[in-house]
Amino acid sequence: MDADSLHYSLELVAGSGNILNTEHRTALQTSLLILRKNYKFNRVLFWGKIMGIKEDYFIAQGRGDDELKDKKNLYSFNCMDWFLLPPATIPMIEEVSKAATGRFMGDASHVYENTILKKVGDEDEVEEELVRISAVEHRLAVTIHLIDDESSVIPRGAFIKNPHGFVQVNRCFEGLTESQAAKLDSFLHFRDPKTLKKKSLLELSELNQTIDFLDLLTDDVPKGMWSLQFENANKVLILRCLLWLGMTFYHVPMTPQHGYIYIGDGVRNLDLSFML
Amino acid sequence: MEENKEAELLQSAAALKAFLLKNSTKSNLNLYDHLTHVLMKVMDEQPENAVDVIEDISRDVKRSMYVDKQSTLQDVPETTPAELLAEKQRQVVLGNQDEENPLPNVNEISFFLEQAGVGLGREETQRTFLALKQLVDSQELLRCRLWGKILGIESNYYIAEVEGKELDEEEEEQPDRTEEEQKDENAVPQSTYKPPPVVPKETVGTGANKFLYYVCKEPGLPWIKLPSVTPAQIDVSRQIRKLFTGRLEAPVKSYPPFPGNEANYLRAQIARISAGTHVSPQGFFLIMEEEDDEEGEPLQDSYDVNPDFEGIPVSEMAESLSTWVHHVQHILPQGRCTWLNLSMKPSEDIDEDEDMEEAEEEPDEPEPEVGPPLLTPLSQDAELFNTPPWTSKMSSTLTSVHAIAVLRSNLWQGGHAYASGKKFENIYVGWGVKSAGDGFSPSVPPTPLKEYVGDEEITEVPDPTPRDERELAEALVAAQEEMEGSDREDESDDDY
Repeated sequence: MDADSLHYSLELVAGSGNILNTEHRTALQTSLLILRKNYKFNRVLFWGKIMGIKEDYFIAQGRGDDELKDKKNLYSFNCMDWFLLPPATIPMIEEVSKAATGRFMGDASHVYENTILKKVGDEDEVEEELVRISAVEHRLAVTIHLIDDESSVIPRGAFIKNPHGFVQVNRCFEGLTESQAAKLDSFLHFRDPKTLKKKSLLELSELNQTIDFLDLLTDDVPKGMWSLQFENANKVLILRCLLWLGMTFYHVPMTPQHGYIYIGDGVRNLDLSFML
Repeated sequence: MEENKEAELLQSAAALKAFLLKNSTKSNLNLYDHLTHVLMKVMDEQPENAVDVIEDISRDVKRSMYVDKQSTLQDVPETTPAELLAEKQRQVVLGNQDEENPLPNVNEISFFLEQAGVGLGREETQRTFLALKQLVDSQELLRCRLWGKILGIESNYYIAEVEGKELDEEEEEQPDRTEEEQKDENAVPQSTYKPPPVVPKETVGTGANKFLYYVCKEPGLPWIKLPSVTPAQIDVSRQIRKLFTGRLEAPVKSYPPFPGNEANYLRAQIARISAGTHVSPQGFFLIMEEEDDEEGEPLQDSYDVNPDFEGIPVSEMAESLSTWVHHVQHILPQGRCTWLNLSMKPSEDIDEDEDMEEAEEEPDEPEPEVGPPLLTPLSQDAELFNTPPWTSKMSSTLTSVHAIAVLRSNLWQGGHAYASGKKFENIYVGWGVKSAGDGFSPSVPPTPLKEYVGDEEITEVPDPTPRDERELAEALVAAQEEMEGSDREDESDDDY
């Protein structure tokens, strides 16, 4: 969620159970501003918190000109000193998915090792140990990338694509109405569209080029992956992702306030199909 | 003379005024009022060249006289769900004063929870506590506590843990077992399967049913009582992993099939979470030993607040896990907190309510299940899936003098406890599922039963092979030869 609106939007997502200490909140307010100035971001967001066994990682995200593509992630243990994370590339994703399992430890110097015994040849029964190694920073970068990819949400109309192809905040967005907000199909994934291209031409013709350039949430598999509720005396619309438990999106209807935050353990909920 | 003139003048003035006050037949206005309004308007606004614009002013005044008649299309303001809820919650916020408050100090708890970084946000917590107060007032409870919040797909549950004054014995609805009538002997063979005996649930006030639980969907909506939990439900809930939908009467579709609906599943999870994550500083509670016991082992299921508890320094609490103890009894694999021996001889009576913790001397008696006794420290908690079961830390490193110790469960995501001096509290805010490590594998259905074991008439026997037949035929022939003595028969009859 935007660093500027942090103090009141944290109250809105508090229904998920995790809130920030007053101390952390004040530290964040100052340090995020400094961060924005140092790295020359257009906007800086407090992305969330990944809880490790020993320590928690606080994650911030800075956005540049193109909101969809210019993203930089930073992490910190005490909300004051921030370290830049490398961008997640495909080989990094592969490396992490093989090596790192289980919870985050909370230690910046931890190295994940996973040894796999592989039989070479049918008769020899020689077993090779393949050790996959991955550093915590890589795992963090990949986890943040995957969470953003699969569960970041925006209301329809909040971002527009300008003629140069840049995705920017829509300053004329006034918010969804109550009835629009109650439907899941007014929300879009904030990532490079994957399912949009598979739509039929008839459906594509009805879309508005400037605001409908992203995937709908209703195209997600499994179907019940999102939980839509009105909370806080029915004033705030909350969307919770069940695939990444801890991802909460909020929107106050008829106002332009919206945002998302992830507070959880950074592990994908693979058992979702059993749990629905 | 002058008086007459004055009187005449006055009279004509009065006549003129009366004339001016006469209402027009068309517009129901009168000139007197109209001129008053015009002059007042001129006085208020003081326009330039008033005399030139006086006609416009007069027309404007007339126009403003018209009252808007209501249009036939009336605006029906939509009552948003927020407004509906606010109406209900108004009741909660009004409340009434009470002297004896079975509720704990709510503001203090919400302050500490915020320090710990867990909770529902200030407003929501306050609303929840007010709803708890409403519950207490309506139900006459001894003690009431916010247990926590369980998130669901369609709506959430706010849960209160209460201790009632009267132990309500619920009407046990046991389904009548219909006895099958004896049929003829030619009927289908009866199944010899006898289901394993059902473990009886613990009485209200003991073990897993020690407290009563009430749920509501939003603070302000009515509180609903949850039924007591049975050991079978706890057993099945250990094997399944399901999220809550938010409707108490929703069925729980799972394998093994869950005996009950979502209300029962919720109650079973609450029991498991309480047994797993409710902790207190060591020394806060002491075990009460009961005297009357024939077997000589103390029944360790009751505890009481220790009046001499001094409080443990916060830094110690945050560092070592042995300063925390469980104060809820562990639930045994049987599904109860106290083990009950089920394999009773048929001659014994059925009033086996006594807790039998010793194994009997017969060799085929099942072993009694023993769990860790009450008030065991957390350092003895088992580690599952390579992660330590608890994470402890101080709430703040900058002002460590006033910080509190926070404990977070890694097994039940969302279970928290905090302690500061003599005060502590447990709360659970989460999805209500236990961490399953790398992945959850559902239980496999049992292997199908073998064929019906019974009379020999229907038992299948494999057909004899040609070799067997030949051997049998040869054996018969040999027997015949022996019987007939010298007569020999052709063996060519044997070839088929």
